[in-house]
Formats: sequence, C-alpha cells, structure tokens
Amino acid sequence: MKQFIVRRVGYSLLSLFLLSVTIFLFVRVTGDPTTLLVEPGASPEDIENMRQQFGLDRPIWVQYWLFATSFVTGDLGQSFYYRTPVLELYFQRLPNSLQLAAVAMVLSLLIGIPSGILAAVRVGGFWDSAGKTFSLLGLSLPQFWVGLVLILFFSVYLGWLPSSGSGGILHLLMPAFTLGWYFAAAHMRLTRSSMLEVLDSEYVKLARLKGLPEALVIGKHALKNALIPVITLAGINLVVMINVAVVVETVFAWPGIGRLLYEGITFRDFPVVQCVVVLGGSMIIVVNLLVDILYAYIDPRIRLES
Amino acid sequence: MTVTTTPLAAAAAAPAARTLKLWRLEGFPLIPALILLFIAFVAIFADFLAPYDPQIGSLARRFRPPAWEAGGSMAHLLGTDHVGRDVLSRLIFGARVSMVVGLTAVLVAGGIGTLLGILSGYLGGWVDQVIMRVVDAWLALPALTFAIFLAAIVGPSELNIIVILGGVYWTRYARVVRGEVLSLKQREFVRLAVVAGCSKALIMRRHILPNVINSAIVLATLMLGVVIVTEASLSFLGVGVPPPKPAWGLMMADGKKGLMVGYWWLTVFPGICIMLMVLSANLLGDWLRVKLDPQLRQL
Repeated sequence: MKQFIVRRVGYSLLSLFLLSVTIFLFVRVTGDPTTLLVEPGASPEDIENMRQQFGLDRPIWVQYWLFATSFVTGDLGQSFYYRTPVLELYFQRLPNSLQLAAVAMVLSLLIGIPSGILAAVRVGGFWDSAGKTFSLLGLSLPQFWVGLVLILFFSVYLGWLPSSGSGGILHLLMPAFTLGWYFAAAHMRLTRSSMLEVLDSEYVKLARLKGLPEALVIGKHALKNALIPVITLAGINLVVMINVAVVVETVFAWPGIGRLLYEGITFRDFPVVQCVVVLGGSMIIVVNLLVDILYAYIDPRIRLES
Repeated sequence: MTVTTTPLAAAAAAPAARTLKLWRLEGFPLIPALILLFIAFVAIFADFLAPYDPQIGSLARRFRPPAWEAGGSMAHLLGTDHVGRDVLSRLIFGARVSMVVGLTAVLVAGGIGTLLGILSGYLGGWVDQVIMRVVDAWLALPALTFAIFLAAIVGPSELNIIVILGGVYWTRYARVVRGEVLSLKQREFVRLAVVAGCSKALIMRRHILPNVINSAIVLATLMLGVVIVTEASLSFLGVGVPPPKPAWGLMMADGKKGLMVGYWWLTVFPGICIMLMVLSANLLGDWLRVKLDPQLRQL
C-alpha cells in the first residue's frame, strides 16, 4: 500500500510538473511574455523591470525555475484590471463556484440516478429510450444554448426566474440545471451500466430466489453496490464542475471562477487567465490522486496489480 | 520484402472494404446523415444560396423579426440582427465556418493523436512513457479551459482556433490508439512481419496504421460534435472566430444582448443549427462505434 501511494504521488507530481512546463512553454514560446504579462500601455521601465523579474536574458531552465518557484510560493501575479493579487480574486470567487457546483451536482444526481435505475430495470423499454434521449441531448447541447433557451422561457416569456446575477436559490436554479444536465447524462449512463452489471450477479439472483420483493432487491441489494462507481465519478465531477462552468457563469452572470476567467479574457488580464488554468489543472490532478488512493485502500486488487 | 508484405497488406485492407458497405447495414441513422450532408452542401454552395452578404447590413433594417411575425417581411426570412444583417445569410455562411473549423480541427487532432498513439504503443519504453505522461498531464485540464488559455495567448483567428482545438483534443486519440496498438502488437501478422525482417517504420505504416484507422474514424465522428461545441463556445466567449465573420457561436453571443427585449430569433436560430449539427454527428458516431468497432462500445 505504501509503495502504491508513493508511486501514485510520484505520477501526480510528474503530471503537475509537465503541466507547469506546458504552460510555461506556451507563454514563452509564442512570443515575448512581457507583452502578455505587462499591462497594455506600461512604461518602458515597467517592461524592463518585468524582463528582469523573469530573467529573460538568462537560460531557459533558469527562467522555468523562477516561474515554478513563484507559483509554489503562491505568487501568481497581479491582476491588471483589479490591481490585486490574482490569488485573492480567485479565493473571493471560489465560494460562488462551489455553491453552483454543489447545487448542480445535487440536481444531476437526483436526475441521473433514478433515471439510470429505471433504464436498467426496463432495458429496451420506454424509460430506457427516454433516458438515452435525455442523456444524448445533455451531452450534445451546447451549454450556452440551453442557458439562453431557459432564460428565454422562464425569464422573458414566463417571468418566473431572474435571468442573471446571484442572490437566492432562484438565481441558482437555471445555471445549476444548465451545468448539471451534462453531468446528469454521464451519471445516468454510468448508473445504468453499473446497475445492469450488478443485476446480473449471483447475489442478486439469490436475493430473488429467496423470494424478496423486486423493489427490495433493486432498491437495497443491487443499488448499494451499483452506486459505488457513480459516487466516485460524482466526486471527481464536483471538482470538474467548479472548473468548467465558464460558459454557464458567463450566460447567467454568476460571479464564480468561470466568470473570472471570462473577465480575464475580455479585459486582456492574462495573469488572471493563467491563475485559473493552473489552479484548475492542479485541483483535478489532486482529486484524481485522492480517488485512486481511496480505491486502492478499499479494493486490494487495484494496488496489487499495478 | 514485397513478397512478404503483399498478403499481409491485403489482410489489413479488409476492414477498409467493410467500411464502404456500411450504409447498407441496419439501423443506419439516415436522418442525421442527411442533416450533415445538407449542412455540408450549404457550406460548399454558401455563395449561391445566401440571399445577402453575411457581413454587410443596413442600419435602417435592424432587428427585423422573421417573416411570419408581425413586422417581418419575405425579404428577410429569418429576420435581421443588431446591425441589420440578414440572419439567414449569416447562418448559411456560418455553416461553412463550422464545417471547415470542425473537420480540419478533427483532422489535426486525429493526425497528431494517431501518430503519437502508434509511436507510443509500438515503440514502448521511454517514448511511451514521455508521450503518455504528457497525455495524462494535458487531460487534467478541462478542454474548454485549456483552449481558452491558448486562445488568450495566440489571439483569435480561424486558423488559430483550428490549431488550438487540434492541440487540445489529440490526447484522446493518442490514448485510444495506443491501447489498440498494444493489442495489435501481439497479433500473428505483426509478429510475422517482425520475423520477416520488416523495419519498425514499415510495420507501423503498413500493418498497424490500417488496423487503427477504424477506431480513428469512429473517434473522429464523435469528436466532430465535441469540437464544434468547443468552437462555438470559444466564439461565444469572444476568443474564437473573430467578428464580423458569421460563426454560429458568435451570432449567439451578439444575440444574447437582445434576448431580454424579445429579439429571440437572434439566439434561437443559430442555436438550432449548432444543436442539429452536433446531435447528428453524435448519433452517427454512436452508430459507427457499435457497428465498426465493437471494442470501443464501452467508450
């Protein structure tokens, strides 16, 4: 187990390293990084200062070292627009993103799990096809399209829900559904296939042979095991949701980190863009590591085979 | 050399022959295929089909509703936008943007991914390690976020979008192709080619590549939908196809401002176009996946 953890942590650190090298190279290779990192209209002295800070006259690996150490010490630069450290901005917005992701996750599980179970119990029936259509739409429809249609219907036409901004739970409903639909589709598909697998197992057959009512077999015996992979995916997806909500947050003007990224693009505020990307990637690498370790802890076969 | 490779190449060509007869198989998604063909047709002949210039409008005729609404006219079937450009014409030329960006980006991603996947799977060792570790690291970034980051660095243009999407999505190809190559490597015909003294480059080109093409095609079809959504999202966020080019995502971003005052046609029509194209590509891809490549069913 210890060996497994050490190796897995090693891989994650390697991934983080490669990610930082990638970002470093893209920023450096595509031209003079000072044009990206210095505000438009900066004085020549400012540009010269920035050059020295990055050591642009020094070998590239020294430049990388300076870049990496500034990141590790939490110095991700200053926002041009807000004139505060970008990390501060990031943590101001993070709670909003968490809130949106949490509600979207609850919605996606409330939709995905029951419809996945229904589809698995009635394979090939009406509910199966309905579920397939729902998940195909969820995976195919662009989020800004879903969002705008919801606004058109519930805000413009019916006038029930606020079209943008933050506040109460009403503000959250449409963005959370828009974000959650895609994930509901993924959760539904996984619930269905996992449920099908479990329903075919010996112990479920035994439970049926014992004469247990079908509802108890499915709701208790089968569901408990079928949900394990779904819960794992949901855990990873929660972190993914925080980082992919840029379109949803833009459509609904929700002040999370996706919106921060959008502002970063529109105000040409490159340090903000860089910060959101770096932290997003790191967050996902860490959650994958945690899930792997948790799995290896629960299931010895995983740590023995690899 | 030619004596040993000819029969093997013939065996490898068999899947390609099977591909040609696909449309005769049962369950072929006819409507999605026709929709895609129609969009392709519109994209090719946009110059003849569009009634107006997609980039030039007349401010005197702005915000005209579609023909069947009060105040609409047959002159502008689907209405006009905030600078008086004809929505139908912009949709028609937008099909060209989506098709060109979608297809070439998938080709770029597929090309890089298939090449690196084959190299990684067949050569193994440190080559495999380097490529797969980069794939792992890049996959950690959500595709859209990664694409936004790259677009913020290089600036928006059609060509840049293609390169960016190719650069973001090749990792998925590399992973699937590598898996296929690993199992192909163990097959008789590849081992025989090794025994016959074929060079590694020749084996990869003549014996491995034709056998991973099927998976690559399936992935490409599934990827087409994803790439088009990403392109539209980038354009929607203002880092994709630059205005005044008529891209569907861009049209929706423009139309969004008029949504609250009731100019619904500016967002609904381009949205329907994107939806139809992506749904069709996904339905076709799903079907191809099951028919062409049973190994990919769990994808």
